[in-house]
Amino acid sequence: MADIILHVNGSEKKIDVSPDTPLLWVLRDTLQLTGTKFGCGAGLCGACTVHVEGGAIRSCSTPVSQVAGKNITTIEGLAANGLHPLQQAWIAEEVPQCGYCQAGQIMAAAALLAKTPQPSDDQITQFMSGNLCRCGTYDRIRKAIHRAAGRGQ
Amino acid sequence: MSPLSRRDFLTVGVAAGAGLVIGFYLPHGASRKEFSPNAYLRITPDGKIMIVVARTEMGQGVRTSLPMILAEELEVDWKQISIEQAGASTLFGDQTTGGSASVKSTWDPMRKAGASAREMLITAAALEWGVPRSACKAQNGSVWHSGTGTSLSYGALAGRAAALPVPTDPPLKQAKDYKIVGQRIARIDTPAKVTGTAQFGIDFRLPGMKYAVLARCPVIGGKVASFDDKDSRTISGVSYVGKIGDSAVAVVADSVWGAMEGRRTLNITWDEGPNKDLNSAAIYESLKKDASGKAAVLYSAGDVSKASGRRIEASYQLPFMAHAAMEPGNTSAHFQGTKCELWSPTQVPQDVRDSVATALGLDSDQVKVNVTLLGGGFGRRLEHDYGVEAALVSKAINGPVQVLWTREDDMRNSTYRPASYHRLSAVLDGSGWPVAFSHRIVMPSINAQKGLVPAGEVDSEVKDEASFTYPFPNAVIDYVQTETPVPLGWMRSVNALQVAFAQESFLDELAIAGGKDPLALRLHLLARDETIGPWSTARMRAVLQLAAEKAEWGKPLASGHYHGIAGFACFSSYAAQIVEISMENDRPRIHRVVSAVDCGQVVNPAILEQQIQGGVVFAMGNALHAQITIDKGRVVQGNFDDYAPLRMNEAPVVEPHYVESTESPTGIGEPPIPPVAPALCNAIYAATKKRIRALPVLT
Repeated sequence: MADIILHVNGSEKKIDVSPDTPLLWVLRDTLQLTGTKFGCGAGLCGACTVHVEGGAIRSCSTPVSQVAGKNITTIEGLAANGLHPLQQAWIAEEVPQCGYCQAGQIMAAAALLAKTPQPSDDQITQFMSGNLCRCGTYDRIRKAIHRAAGRGQ
Repeated sequence: MSPLSRRDFLTVGVAAGAGLVIGFYLPHGASRKEFSPNAYLRITPDGKIMIVVARTEMGQGVRTSLPMILAEELEVDWKQISIEQAGASTLFGDQTTGGSASVKSTWDPMRKAGASAREMLITAAALEWGVPRSACKAQNGSVWHSGTGTSLSYGALAGRAAALPVPTDPPLKQAKDYKIVGQRIARIDTPAKVTGTAQFGIDFRLPGMKYAVLARCPVIGGKVASFDDKDSRTISGVSYVGKIGDSAVAVVADSVWGAMEGRRTLNITWDEGPNKDLNSAAIYESLKKDASGKAAVLYSAGDVSKASGRRIEASYQLPFMAHAAMEPGNTSAHFQGTKCELWSPTQVPQDVRDSVATALGLDSDQVKVNVTLLGGGFGRRLEHDYGVEAALVSKAINGPVQVLWTREDDMRNSTYRPASYHRLSAVLDGSGWPVAFSHRIVMPSINAQKGLVPAGEVDSEVKDEASFTYPFPNAVIDYVQTETPVPLGWMRSVNALQVAFAQESFLDELAIAGGKDPLALRLHLLARDETIGPWSTARMRAVLQLAAEKAEWGKPLASGHYHGIAGFACFSSYAAQIVEISMENDRPRIHRVVSAVDCGQVVNPAILEQQIQGGVVFAMGNALHAQITIDKGRVVQGNFDDYAPLRMNEAPVVEPHYVESTESPTGIGEPPIPPVAPALCNAIYAATKKRIRALPVLT
């Protein structure tokens, strides 16, 4: 056990956990930020995607000690006010079915748009193929990313 | 969640047979002003209109589509309503969410619930104004007087309406007058699902709640012989380690990670039991051997043995498959001596209630089951295992706990789609048309394994799902019901997927052998309007024609692109799929799937389209990759690397179409699934002249 300082969604959190604890469980169990989901525990499905210093990472496979002192953003902190353009686009394209993977999808898409504001179909496919959706919403995810691209980024 | 089961001022009336709630009367002299003429609806004096959803939301849209049905008859503005999720209750009949039946089975009760309330509100207004009922009209959440143009809101009428008798047979609206049903109404659950605030089972929390993971015997049917928890107890936060039932050890901790670490360091000696040498090769061998066993006839026409001509034969094989819903299994439970409350992502809240009661030695009414959102279901959450485990662990630690499965737990302790073997034969006449068709299905029965089929009888669900819509002059579909120790469960489209893969692939073989176009062959077989069992040849023909028209079947495709077609009817609906592929490095690349369905009256076209698109992607994943294999009595696959669902890079564009209909609505969660694999493999044949007779396509 050790005291670790995290910067989550703009606020500083001091936590006392074993340093090898995956960030996912710190977010969900310690900080009660349950929007980030557990899907595979092995970095294979992307349901646990969050941002560290703006880049997408798999929180289920990232020991919390690796992100100490870094800026972490979860789905709860994605939009400073109201809805992020991607969240608006997700609603407009009626993307979610069960919805379980969608926080991870949106966080991945936000990291994509931050680097590639106008992604092509191929760029979307390449970036987003790490995020699984068992309800099969991929085509709508692609459309929603196009819709949000370039708007208010 | 739902307080309905505790609402003791209501009395219960359940119609025989249908499980349909007819009416609840407020006792005379009741001072409450809330209007709740049935368990599905409450209108408060301040105008809140609450519609209760007695099915489980697992992505298929029932929290939107079911209230739409009631709201239509109630004559309210959709924006005026809010919804409430029912937990396990005695007020709604069977609350199972499965078999693509939610809209179909609630269509009548929800319409009637809305219509009776509307009629009562009209009567209440007529009494209030002292005018004839015929001068009053319900619209947009108010009753209007046609003479004066005055109106009273439903909230204002709630108290008076509540004192009126509930009509037993209220008039229902005609489809032409629908304002809500048939509209593309946005799903109620979408906003919370994009902000991360939607609460799934895994997100439920109680003060002081612990987390538990269980070590289960990796060998099917094995048990715990002994365990040593010395190392587990050194893990920070671990507070309990103990046996749960015969075949699992639970580790309880302050956090999920602590429980996982506690389990990792647990030393268990297993009694591997009778299945420790079981493997997939032996299972397939046994299915083939059983093909010559005793078969029950599911359908027959004419006499296949008397047909003469050119004989064609083939056999097909399908593997076990796992649901692999994104949200791993979980349930939170709080046992408190004489009662237990659960929060569970379940498709069967009443079964969870009853199984938990049995496991704890309580009565069913001492167990309360709340239903959370489900991160996918696909039939896996028709089982009660998570709920029972959570209740037993909560009892063991005497406090609230969430039992959570890992992905590997889910993959290796699932209940699998049955593996199957199929032997088919047909006879072609001198012109190349098939005149006899035989299909022998060899497959273990889910229901028989679960003890739901009387000994010696055939699983009627297999019969229902072994649909046959082609009125051949001579045909026989029969079934050898085998047994397996591999746990079986209902997975999206259940037995229909296996039957359709064999049937619709073999039909393509017959078309090729007889020199016919695969669509033309099907239309030839379906040429006359007739019924075959519960199925209509006209409706089957219509979905094939609709798909063919939208996909431009028969017209030239881009260079190197090929079409495959298949159709199937199940769960009271009809579906056809046309898959367009090209081959790249000996693998199919799927470009486009054109889908056509007939599920009667469409309640919400936007949700229907989601279901078709998602269903095709799910089914394409099944066809290309899904395979659970057994080695040394253990499930080999463990995570999304060796059991790979479809990812975006493999997912086609899916174009959903449907037949406009005012027939009663039927299912859509499952019917799009079965034709996908045969349509894909028929396209692969068109591209390569190679027939795929075993799934998955890619091994």
